[in-house]
Amino acid sequence: MIIFNEVSKRYPAGYEALKNVSFHLKPGEMAFLTGHSGAGKSTLLRLIALIERNSNGQIVVNGQHLGRLPTYRIPYLRRRIGMTFQDHRLLVDRTIFDNVALPLVVAGYRPQEIRRRVRAALDKVGLLTKEKNYPITLSGGQQQRVGIARAVVHKPAILLADEPTGNLDPSLAKETMQLFAQFNQVGVTVLIASHALSLIKTLGYRTLMLQHGHLVGDTRISRPLR
Amino acid sequence: MKRPLTPPPNTPPRRKTPPPKLGNVWLSHQMSVFLASLGHLLRSPLASLMTTSVIGIALALPTGLYLLLENVRNLSYEWDSSVQISLFLKQEVDEAKAHILADQLLQRPEISNVQIITPVQALQEYRNLSGFGEALTALETNPLPFVLIVQLATNDTQAGSRLLEQLGKMPEVEVAQFDMLWLKRLFTMIEIIRRGVLILATLLSLAVLLVIGNTIRLAIYNRREEIEIYKLFGATNAFIRSPFLYLGFWYGLSGGAIAWGIVDLSFWLLQTPIKQLTALYHSQFQLVTLDLISTPILLLTSALLGITGAWLAVGRHLKEIQPS
Ligand SMILES: Nc1ncnc2c1ncn2[C@@H]1O[C@H](COP(=O)(O)OP(=O)(O)O)[C@@H](O)[C@H]1O
Ligand SMILES: [Mg+2]
Repeated sequence: MIIFNEVSKRYPAGYEALKNVSFHLKPGEMAFLTGHSGAGKSTLLRLIALIERNSNGQIVVNGQHLGRLPTYRIPYLRRRIGMTFQDHRLLVDRTIFDNVALPLVVAGYRPQEIRRRVRAALDKVGLLTKEKNYPITLSGGQQQRVGIARAVVHKPAILLADEPTGNLDPSLAKETMQLFAQFNQVGVTVLIASHALSLIKTLGYRTLMLQHGHLVGDTRISRPLR
Repeated sequence: MKRPLTPPPNTPPRRKTPPPKLGNVWLSHQMSVFLASLGHLLRSPLASLMTTSVIGIALALPTGLYLLLENVRNLSYEWDSSVQISLFLKQEVDEAKAHILADQLLQRPEISNVQIITPVQALQEYRNLSGFGEALTALETNPLPFVLIVQLATNDTQAGSRLLEQLGKMPEVEVAQFDMLWLKRLFTMIEIIRRGVLILATLLSLAVLLVIGNTIRLAIYNRREEIEIYKLFGATNAFIRSPFLYLGFWYGLSGGAIAWGIVDLSFWLLQTPIKQLTALYHSQFQLVTLDLISTPILLLTSALLGITGAWLAVGRHLKEIQPS
């Protein structure tokens, strides 16, 4: 589903954030991406969604060679991906409903279908009663879950999450990770960047470890503990 | 925490929805974006009014000048029945001699028509026009001579001048003069002014383009974060472009409406003095204003300027905004 082959990323300023990174994430797999702050986790996720283009090597996502993907095709690549962000990136002047509906509106779904799917997604993250609220009225954890609902509402094949438990307390963090595991169980390929190493260890999923842009560890665990 | 998604018991079972017709979805989406962009304009009425007023004034200027020019041209067309020479005959020339002279003149190839105005007719006309009716009825004898109105067959002013000279030397003729020679000059001038107005209109349209382009540019930057998020979730450029194009359309259209208001008001204010002026010339003159043809043209032009200005701004600035 996601193949990295000797991938490097050099930012225009000259800093090399990723160096010869190779790994293969199979369809339906779930993995964590960990490492110190500045190790290149966010950069790696950004390469997958073509928010940045890699400088060297090949990336294949959903069977598409990103290096050969013309710019005008990028929106269609992103419609197969769901993303959450550390700073949530919700639209503050839109209701929770409108925020979650965004990927569906963009893809041209009909209104009834949008209503049905948004409600289902909000129900899944336990925020159905908040659909008419504005993001500002929600706690950080709730906003994160709105972001998760928005990331899955269009039933993407791949789910990318950047520090989804950033500033959540441990029990809420664990709940959030379990939510991702549930999406993984219905076939979504999930890649979560997180530096919460201790939490990751208790969950027992495959873990990719980055250090100064190098992939220094790839621990596979055959069966996730639940 | 998680409830299954079942319909409430009193709703009928949902029928399977037919596959989405993309055309309809697209159209209804465009409609809602179209109206939302109007809402965007109305949400900050003062700022919008200022922008649209600038557009309106910029468009009213060439529109008003153009209409003014059309009116002057209409007026002069009415007055102009090609070039005429008026021959004021000597007092002693009577009706019979005037007719003989008229017949002689008609033989000449340069002359297409000769009209005789008797002293009685002349007096009547003068009475009607000048407003001295009372004073003139007090006159015992008619002091006016016979007048021949000579229509030239040619528009050539040199030939006209030669003819004027010849006619002036005829023994029966007291005075020979061109009628409304200034009209010919006016026509040339109108042509010059018309080009001036055209240049002005082009320049001001350009200014409107810039104003709208700049307004849209600001709107784009104000919604920068929103645009980035839309792009992150797979919005195409066309998707992001359309609300701004519609915004440009609304700016242009409302600017056009304001221009229409300004021009209409101005001509309404001009109407009375113009009526007085044209009445003096005994004319059937009708004031040309913005009518059922020119009004839509004005509004369409302004809306198109709006869309074009927005298109230019969007083309330049949307590419710059990429999610990070
Ligand atoms: N847009 C950018 N331009 C230049 N350098 C960047 C940019 N984004 C990230 N970096 C650098 O790349 C390195 C990796 O960043 P990042 O991928 O955000 O790390 P992480 O998410 O693991 O904390 C950091 O040293 C950071 O300063
Ligand atoms: Mg990061």
